[in-house]
Amino acid sequence: MRYLLRRLSHALFLLAGVSILAFLFTALAPGTYFDEMRLNPQIAPETVTALRAQYGFDKPLPVRYASWLRSVIHGEMGFSFAYNGPVAPLLLVRARNTLLLTITATLLAWGIALPLGVWSADRLGRLPDRLLSWATAGLLVIPDLAVALGLLVLAVRSGWFPTGGMASVDFETLSPFNKLRDLALHMILPVTALVLSSLPLLVRHVRAAVADVLNAPFLLAAVGHGIRKRTLLYRYALPAAANPLISLFGFSIGVLLSGSLLIEVVMSWPGLGPLLLEAVLARDLYVVVGGILGSTLFLVGGNLLADLLLYWADPRIRTESGAR
Amino acid sequence: MRVRRTFAKWLVVLGVLHGMVVCAGFFAPYDPVEQDRQSPYLPPMRLHLLDAHGHLHVRPFVYALRLRESSFDQFEEDTTEPHPVKFFLRGARYRLLGFLPLRMHFFGGENTRIYLLGTDAYGRDQFSRLLFGGQVSLFAGLLGAGVTLFIGWSIGAVAGYYGGWRDSLLMRVAELFLALPWLYLLFALRAFLPLAVSPLEAFFLITAVLGAVGWARPARLVRGVVLSAKERDFVRAARGFGASNGYLLRRHILPETSSVLLTQAAILIPQYVLAEMTLSFLGLGVPEPVPSWGNLLSGLQQYSVLVSYWWMYLPALAMVPFFLGYLGLASSFEERGAVYKIESRIWGM
Repeated sequence: MRYLLRRLSHALFLLAGVSILAFLFTALAPGTYFDEMRLNPQIAPETVTALRAQYGFDKPLPVRYASWLRSVIHGEMGFSFAYNGPVAPLLLVRARNTLLLTITATLLAWGIALPLGVWSADRLGRLPDRLLSWATAGLLVIPDLAVALGLLVLAVRSGWFPTGGMASVDFETLSPFNKLRDLALHMILPVTALVLSSLPLLVRHVRAAVADVLNAPFLLAAVGHGIRKRTLLYRYALPAAANPLISLFGFSIGVLLSGSLLIEVVMSWPGLGPLLLEAVLARDLYVVVGGILGSTLFLVGGNLLADLLLYWADPRIRTESGAR
Repeated sequence: MRVRRTFAKWLVVLGVLHGMVVCAGFFAPYDPVEQDRQSPYLPPMRLHLLDAHGHLHVRPFVYALRLRESSFDQFEEDTTEPHPVKFFLRGARYRLLGFLPLRMHFFGGENTRIYLLGTDAYGRDQFSRLLFGGQVSLFAGLLGAGVTLFIGWSIGAVAGYYGGWRDSLLMRVAELFLALPWLYLLFALRAFLPLAVSPLEAFFLITAVLGAVGWARPARLVRGVVLSAKERDFVRAARGFGASNGYLLRRHILPETSSVLLTQAAILIPQYVLAEMTLSFLGLGVPEPVPSWGNLLSGLQQYSVLVSYWWMYLPALAMVPFFLGYLGLASSFEERGAVYKIESRIWGM
């Protein structure tokens, strides 16, 4: 329990620090959203000054941070100048789209990586294992950008999949079943890109972790008892190899919001990525800070989850932290 | 012994690739910004050895490309006249290594221009742009990694060696930086800087931004090594003999961190090259007309390019050997017994 509290307070501390840091970085940036207006002869300089004052840009930084904090507590997370509304609902819609994509991709990637890694570790050093190692190394060195663009080129030339966005033009008129089908079709490309970019790392880690325990005496004993190979691998070896994998899983959870930024932009998926890019270009300060904070929340939460899972799965950690 | 050999092998691979990029002026047939307005979006030319009549040529040759009849974007080879590839011929002026003015090029065509990877919207040679773009991207990666390692190394050494409040303060800040999603952080830092800047400024800004972002991980690793190194018997003995802090750090402790630094360098450099690519691809990095690996691909953001000009994608594949070389180097470092594998890779995404 004390372990949990310590981890939690640590996470809160991190979040507060990140919010200050993100706020500092973006607020120190030269130029604000209203600077473009100054160049427009149809807008009087007084109007711009009044707007700046209205949104508090004439106040010192700590005051702005404090008022921003207050709006976070009210669930608004500041004000978006470009969208002329509070940031939180804006982020929520986009985050939902991003999560739809990344959760699917993460589940798929782990679903493939676990059996593949175990299978490979079981044949360690033999031909199938070596082939798989080469394949994962190959995937690992192709940049995400190249994977995503390559998929797009393939899709465009074959015409099999829609190449951008989240829904067809006539989405609203479709029946519920066809809506689902349309959505799934649009998800195929970005999900494939995400799976391909995270799969090699996962497979390699699963393989290394399982291979590490396969020579353990208790597994030899289990073989001697005549336990079936599948039971052996999945019921005996995999739990023993779980520790590093749990940390990795926590990381997978952590990057759910931030990991797909580039692929969303390339595939024009209406998630957080394109929103954030626009916000950076338009200097829409609070959207940027909100995006950073949201994805940090996930990173910290993922680490926390991994810690908890480890605590639950590994008795050594329990006794160690209990003794402290 | 075997490890050392694989290590050397990857080093040679990387050396050759980087050599080509450093001497881009020599290996590229044309100037990266030279436009051939008559032939925009020309597909890649094939190198042939067998001509249309079935004769074998010793010297590779290309056929000129012409528009297929009644088409405005489909090209076909004009097989009436083969154009042999000439080596070591005179062409566009360039400065080798930035100072040596030369006109000699490794290859080129005499009566026709040879486009191995096709041309872009302005008829610029993609192959030349790939090589020259490598100068920007790889140098940004190297410089960024250098800055990161230097910052991380100094902070890690101070935190590990002096300990106490300095250690806890620095490590708390490092945790903050590790918790930030790093692509977002890159964005935020880039937003901090003016958007419209000259290519050279943009390059240095990117490098500085990249360098400033990633110091936390190497700092933590270096701190760990320093912590264990300063308790070694020979270090204690030296301290007992009256060695000063500076001497101990310089002579006994910092040399211990070299393997961590090398491994981190092999991991960080390709990461930073990728980061530069991402920024430039999104239009936040090095602007046209200066080529970089990122803005070389940014044309693909247009749907029409994706549909009609697939060869604009080829540079993305041409970069893969570089990343392969760095991955090979990093894993051969790791085989030497470094245990930083998992953490560095996980956070390296």
